[in-house]
Amino acid sequence: MSSANWKFLLGGAVVVAALSWLGFVGFQESKSYYITVDEFSAMKNDLQGKTLKIAGDVVEGSIERSGPGLEFVITHSGKNLKVRYVGRDVLPDTFKGGSKAVVEGTLSEDGVLLARHIEAKCASKYEAEYNKKTT
Amino acid sequence: MSNFGAFCLLLALCLSLYGLFASLLGAILKQHRIVRSAERAAIASCASILLSLAALLYLLATSDFSVAHVAQSTNRELPVFYKLAALWGAHDGSMLLWVFVTAVFSGIVVLQNRFRYRDMMPYVVAVLMFNLSFFLILNLFLSNPFNELVQVLPDGTMHKFSPQDGRGLNPLLQYWAMIIHPPILYLGFIGFVVPFAFAIAALITRQLGDTWIRTTRRWTLITWLFLGVGLILGGKWAYVELGWGGYWGWDPVENSSLMPWLTGTAFLHSVIVQERKGMLKVWNVLLVVITYLLGIFGTFITRSGIINSVHAFADSKLGVFFLYYMLLVLGGSLFLIIDRLPYLKSERRLDSVLSRESAFLFNNLLLLVACFAVLWGTMFPVLSNWVEGTKITVGPPFFNSVGIPIGLMLLFLTGVGPLFAWRKTSVESLRRAFLWPMAPALLVCIALLVSGMRSFYSLVSFTLCMFVLVTIAQEFWKGTRVRVRNTGENFALAMVNLTLKNKRRYGGYVVHLSIVLMFVGLTGNAFNRQTSQAMVPGDEMQIGRYTLKMTDYRDGDSPNYQYGRVTLEVYRGGKLIRTMQPEKRFYKASDGQSTTEVALYSKPLEDLYVVFAGVSNDGKRYEITAHLNPLVWWVWFGAAVMVVGTLITLLPDRRISFATAQLSAAEAAAVETGVQAK
Repeated sequence: MSSANWKFLLGGAVVVAALSWLGFVGFQESKSYYITVDEFSAMKNDLQGKTLKIAGDVVEGSIERSGPGLEFVITHSGKNLKVRYVGRDVLPDTFKGGSKAVVEGTLSEDGVLLARHIEAKCASKYEAEYNKKTT
Repeated sequence: MSNFGAFCLLLALCLSLYGLFASLLGAILKQHRIVRSAERAAIASCASILLSLAALLYLLATSDFSVAHVAQSTNRELPVFYKLAALWGAHDGSMLLWVFVTAVFSGIVVLQNRFRYRDMMPYVVAVLMFNLSFFLILNLFLSNPFNELVQVLPDGTMHKFSPQDGRGLNPLLQYWAMIIHPPILYLGFIGFVVPFAFAIAALITRQLGDTWIRTTRRWTLITWLFLGVGLILGGKWAYVELGWGGYWGWDPVENSSLMPWLTGTAFLHSVIVQERKGMLKVWNVLLVVITYLLGIFGTFITRSGIINSVHAFADSKLGVFFLYYMLLVLGGSLFLIIDRLPYLKSERRLDSVLSRESAFLFNNLLLLVACFAVLWGTMFPVLSNWVEGTKITVGPPFFNSVGIPIGLMLLFLTGVGPLFAWRKTSVESLRRAFLWPMAPALLVCIALLVSGMRSFYSLVSFTLCMFVLVTIAQEFWKGTRVRVRNTGENFALAMVNLTLKNKRRYGGYVVHLSIVLMFVGLTGNAFNRQTSQAMVPGDEMQIGRYTLKMTDYRDGDSPNYQYGRVTLEVYRGGKLIRTMQPEKRFYKASDGQSTTEVALYSKPLEDLYVVFAGVSNDGKRYEITAHLNPLVWWVWFGAAVMVVGTLITLLPDRRISFATAQLSAAEAAAVETGVQAK
C-alpha cells in the first residue's frame, strides 16, 4: 500500500477516534431508559438518578394545572404514575386526556416523575380506535 | 369501485412478477422477444396501478365511507383538495402512492432505454420488478386501502357498514408543506432504485466502467434533490405548525430520511472520481446499494413500529417482511460485489493525501460516519432491548455531539476540495490558493471574538462559512476572467456562459454556496432565546430588542374549528412595527385535536416566533411564549438556492450558447448568424 494510503488511513483513524469519543460523551449525556409504566413500577428501585423515558396513556381528566406547572397521570397495563411537568417548552398539541404520551425526566423523592420533556403521539394512525368506536 | 381498485392491484402484481421472471429468462436464454414482453408487462403494470390509484381517488372524492381508508382520513366537511391529499394521510393509501411512484419510475426507465443497453436492461427490469413486486405484495395483503369497514354484531355475525361521516384529516396535516412533504419524500426515497438496478445489472454483466453511472446521473440528481427538499419541507412544517420553536428534533423518522440523503450525497461526489480517474469503484457500488437499502429502511422504520416516534404509524406485521427483503437484497448485492471484485479494481492509486481524490475519499468517509452515527443513535433502543432487555434511547445531545463536528469538517472540505489538484497539489499552489480565503475568514473570526462571541463551534462555523464563500467566489472569478480574455464577452455574460458550459461544476458550486448559507442559518441555533409569561391585556413582555404588548384576547368559532386568539403589538426601539396574533385552535372533527398557530415575524437577521400556549389555571391570564431565533431565514433561503443550483446541473445540453465571439463589421455582414433554438 502506498504511503499516501497509509497517511490517509492514519488521518481517517484519528478523526474517527475523536468522533467516537465525542459521540460517547454525548451518548452518556442524553441516554434515557425507555420503559412503559408497568415496567417502571416493576423496576422502581434501580431507577433513582437515571433519566427515564416512560410511555403510557394519559388518564382522561387527570390533567391538572398546579401553579406554573402541570400534573397528570399516565397509565399502562393497569399501573399508574403521577407526572409533574417542569419543562419550559409549550406542550404538544397532541397532548390531551386519552392520548399516548412519552414523558422524559427523573424520579423525585416522593415518587413523582419530574418531566422535562413530553411527547405525544402524532395522530395519523386511527385504525384501532376507529374500529372500537364503530362496533 | 373498491373491488375494481383491489383487482387492478392484483393484476399489477401478476404483471410485475411476470416481468421479473420473463426478463431473467429472456436474458439467460438470450431471447430478445421474451425480454421485450417483460418490458411490456412492466408498462402494463404501471397502467394498472394508475387505474387503482384513480379508483381510490374517486372513492375519496365521493366520500365513500364504506371504505376504511376513506372513513379514517376524511370527513364530509373537508375541502376537496384535502380529501384527495388524504390519499397519503393514512398508512394504506400512502402505500398505494409508494407503489404508484415506483411503478411510474420503472415504466419511465423501461421507455427511456428501449433502444439502449440491451445487454443490461433485462437485469435492470428484473431488479425494478423485484422491488415493485415486494411493495405490491405488502400493499395488497397487509395494507390494502380498499378494505371495507365491517361491523361485528353481538351475535358474532359481520356485515358491511358505512358510517355517516369520516374521522377527518388530522388538522396538523392541513398545511401546504405537509401535504406535499410525503410525495416529495417518496420521490426521494424511491428514485434510488434506478441507479441501484443499473449497478446490479452492471455487476451481473461485468460492465463496470462508468456507463451505469453516467446513464443514471440524472435520476440520482433528481432523486437526491427531492429527498433534500422533502427534508427541508418537514423541517419547515415542524417549525411553523408544531410550535416548539425548532425545525429538527433527531426523531427516528426524520433520521431515516436523512440517512439516505447522506450516503446519496457521498455517492454523487464519489462517482466523479470514478468518471475522471477510474478509482473508488467499490465505494460507488457499495454506496448505491446502501443508499437504496436505507430508503427501504426508512419506510420500514416509519411503518413497522419498531422504533417509537411521534411520527410512526406502527403496524408490526410489516416489519418482518421488510427485514427479510432488506437482508435478501443486502446479501445478494454483497455476494455479487465480492464475486466481481476483480472488475472493480482501481485504475490508479492514491498519489498524495493532498489531492482531490483524497478529499473525495475523506468526504465519503465523513458522510458514512455521520450516517452510521445517526443509524446507531436511531436503532440503539432496538439494540439495547435485544442485548440488555431495556430500551435505551438517546437524544439530540448525542446526535449533535457527532453531527456538528462532522458537519464542520464537511464544510471545510467543501471549500478545500476545489483547491486541491488531481493527483497531487504542490505546497506552493496550496499556499497561494488558501491565502485569499483565509484572510477574510480570520477577519470574521476576530470580529466575532471582539463582539463577544465565545461559543467554539459557532466561531468555527462562521469562520469556515466565510472561507468557503470566498473559495467559491474565487472559482467563479478565475473562470470568468479566463473566459473574458478568450472571448471578449462582458463579465456578467461570461459568467453565465461559463456556468452553462460547465453546468456540473458551476452548478455544483452554487449548491455548495447554498450549503454555506444553510450553515449560517443552522449556526444561529446556538443563540436561540425564549421567554414565557402569563399575560393579560395591557401587559408587556421583553425579548431581545422587542417589546410585546398584549392588547386583546378573543374566542371564536369557524366551521372547522373553535379558536382562541391573542393580539400582541410588537415594538422595537419604541416604535410599533407589527401586530402578531398567535392562536390556539380546537378542531371539531378529529377528536377535538388542537393546533397551535404560531405567529411568525421572519427577517434575515432573526425570527420573532410567538406562541399562545393556552389559558392559565385561573382562567384569567394567557400563557405566551416568545422565541427569538437568529438566522433561521438563511436555512430556507439556502434551501431555495440549493434547488436552483441542482436545476442548473440538470439543464440539458444545448447546441448553441448565447452570444459568441466578436466579429468585425465586415465579417459579421458576411457570415449569417442566428441562434437556433431547439
